[in-house]
Amino acid sequence: MDSIYQSLAAIVDAEHVSDRPEELYIYSFDLGTAEPHRPDYVVSPETTVQVQEIVRLANRENIPVVPLGGGMSLAGLAVPLRGGILLDLKRMDRIIEVNEKARYAVLECGVSQGQLTSYLERHHPHLTHSEPGAPPAATIVGNVVIHGQGDLAHPYGFNSDMVNGLEVVLPTGEVCSFGSCAVGASWFTNHPMPDVGLFLGWCGTTGIITKLSIRLLPAKRIRGIGRFVVDDEGLVPEIFYKLTHTQMAEDIIAFSSAIPPFASKLQHFTVNIAADSEKELELKQQIIWDDTLGEYIKRGDGAYLGFTRSLERPQISKTSDYKKGGGFEYVGSIMPIEKYPECYRRGREISERHDIPYTVTGRCIGAAHSMMFAWTYAFNRADPKTIEGARNALHETDRLVLELGGVIWKPGTFGQKLVLERLDPNTRDLMKKIKGLLDPKGIMNPGNWEIP
Amino acid sequence: MALKDFAYGDTIHRCFRCGYCKFPANWVDVNNCPPYARFRMETYSCGGRLWLSRAWLNGQIDWTEHLAEVLYSCTTCRNCEVKCPLRFNVDIVNMVVAARGEMVEAGRLPAAVKNFLQNVELYGNPYGTGRSSRGAWAEGTEIERYNGHEYLFYVGCTGSYDARARRSALALSQILRRAGVSFGVLGNEENCDGNEVHKLGEQGLFEVLAQDNITRFKGLGVKKIITLSPHAFNAFKNHYPAYGGDFSIFHYTHVINGLLKAGRIRFSDNMHVRVAYHDPCFLGRWNNEYEAPREILKAIPGVDLVEMEKNRESALCCGGGGGNFQIDLLGGSENSPARRRIREALKAGATVLAVACPKCLIMFEDAVKSEGVEENLSVLDISEIAAKAWGMIGHSQ
Repeated sequence: MDSIYQSLAAIVDAEHVSDRPEELYIYSFDLGTAEPHRPDYVVSPETTVQVQEIVRLANRENIPVVPLGGGMSLAGLAVPLRGGILLDLKRMDRIIEVNEKARYAVLECGVSQGQLTSYLERHHPHLTHSEPGAPPAATIVGNVVIHGQGDLAHPYGFNSDMVNGLEVVLPTGEVCSFGSCAVGASWFTNHPMPDVGLFLGWCGTTGIITKLSIRLLPAKRIRGIGRFVVDDEGLVPEIFYKLTHTQMAEDIIAFSSAIPPFASKLQHFTVNIAADSEKELELKQQIIWDDTLGEYIKRGDGAYLGFTRSLERPQISKTSDYKKGGGFEYVGSIMPIEKYPECYRRGREISERHDIPYTVTGRCIGAAHSMMFAWTYAFNRADPKTIEGARNALHETDRLVLELGGVIWKPGTFGQKLVLERLDPNTRDLMKKIKGLLDPKGIMNPGNWEIP
Repeated sequence: MALKDFAYGDTIHRCFRCGYCKFPANWVDVNNCPPYARFRMETYSCGGRLWLSRAWLNGQIDWTEHLAEVLYSCTTCRNCEVKCPLRFNVDIVNMVVAARGEMVEAGRLPAAVKNFLQNVELYGNPYGTGRSSRGAWAEGTEIERYNGHEYLFYVGCTGSYDARARRSALALSQILRRAGVSFGVLGNEENCDGNEVHKLGEQGLFEVLAQDNITRFKGLGVKKIITLSPHAFNAFKNHYPAYGGDFSIFHYTHVINGLLKAGRIRFSDNMHVRVAYHDPCFLGRWNNEYEAPREILKAIPGVDLVEMEKNRESALCCGGGGGNFQIDLLGGSENSPARRRIREALKAGATVLAVACPKCLIMFEDAVKSEGVEENLSVLDISEIAAKAWGMIGHSQ
């Protein structure tokens, strides 16, 4: 038994460290098309102190450390490209505090979306959080780290905009806190401290977030989804603009897909509406469907498809079972709203070239300040050719994002290279200096955001 | 064995590993898959098991003792099937059982599993205790050998051999006798029902057991069977018909509830207890029976029935299913499912944890001791609670 294994077992315990082929196999994979790479060890710590000790050990031994949350990014961001220690953080799953009046929650890094949703529903029914369209096993911290967005992105923006504070284990093992908690106050705000936003969007290459304070948001008593459809993709940007002007919706998504065939080439909208009373709901519905979208119905450009009370948890993984294949991956982008028609048309072309039925989605962020536009490609996990086909389509789409003037959201290593090629040279240099300063031995998630 | 020849070779790759399978209905935590709750490594999640099975069948990884333990740690509780949003969800446990079957075929089993199966073949029970003592639990009682009675009371291995479970078998027998139910038992002639053998992937031995039992039952003219254990209930109800075993099968809670409704049982003693009921997997998720046990408890004066947060379809398995009652791959930790469940019962404010399964009974009694909460929580089978409520067992027992 090697000394590193023994050291890791001494830090956690023998049950939560493994160098056995089964764990190394399972943790070598992302759920998308990324090529697998085996770690040398899998470790599942339970405390910040254990994370510190593991990182210090890795520094001494010069071993890579790859932090893993829910593992749902689908972009291969937690695949141990250079081996080393795969740090499964899901045992750190305590909800430490919910402050009802100041509307924030302090969480450990392994708390899942489903866990927080459930906790708030049971103990703080007037509060909610912006839940991404990911499976409930996705973690809150993992989503924040990749600048995720959720079903309250229209009124409140990116989930990473809702951070009130962080506890981070640096690549050299020190623990730092950021936000109001750093001066001994409660975790109620990230402002007005000096800006040291060094950890969001870096994919775990600058440190390991072990605690997070995230803003919670008002939960209305009644929540539901309205549906609307138009046949002209060119109308989508103005509909986004008009709907956001009303400030009556919680979430606005446009999407189109080849399956089912009757819906192909149509642009569907889901508009989440929330209210505390029937009167409020009726008013909002009237403003959205009659006053705002009524003109499209009158002109024969669109149709109202009804309103369903209650929000069904997204079952995004159903996409994976297209043709019983078991896999999908998407390119996400942050894109100006006006680009929706071109994103849709070009996405369809790519899908058709690769013989994959197209699926595209645009979620409105802020008051139509941007959208997260995603192109999804299903594949059959049992058929390497379809995996390769999806991977090629993804790479093509990465290029498209930049060509259209967008930014790739949570790019994998291929997309990261494209971004770095275009990045302002001074910004590149600054990123390199920051990385070198924080992680002098380059042990944190190597292979990601690497600047030569 | 190649993946192309595997019974689920065209399905097993469809698991996306999205993780819905780890949750209960209300999403409160990711600890509703017993092996994942115990070890919290992705290998032990439902998706981990399916991906590892496929990798082994595909030749990407070799068989190891650890691989086999990961597969055999699944309690076949079916929480994954309830939560998985994909269309193949009905086959998830079947895939695990089939992969175990391939290990059986390959002759590569963990020692504890091999021992379990050998004992069943040699002795008709997984304990390795002689057949001649199987009926000893009923010695000195007036329980009759089956001889054309309306019902065969099938006690099962746990109820026959385990000292604690025997008490629930005796309590049930007392209730049935007093209610005037015509029933008899097989004593030393009873054989293992094979439910766990089936779930361990030993289909050959299961067929032998099923055919042996069916032949015996038919030879005796058995038409109706009452089971103490939901595991036997499941085997007789869902697997035996394929071998010609077309009997009317009742779990004992069905029978007691029927006797209550017919006025043949009248609970009198006031219990003054707060009871939480644990849904056994093979009665609940496997056979969709959630109400009969609760109706019995609600009918008992002084029973304050409380629900644990995870109940009915979301009940956390005790960790004893799929052979784990004996092979014990999930024990030895405060994260063991049974110990987690005890803490959930205490959180619900229960002073009694009611069960309807002899395996759950023993798993939880051990867990109560491990948690050191014997003073706070008693574990009782519904048969025992009902017998007490009918004044047949002293409250101190």
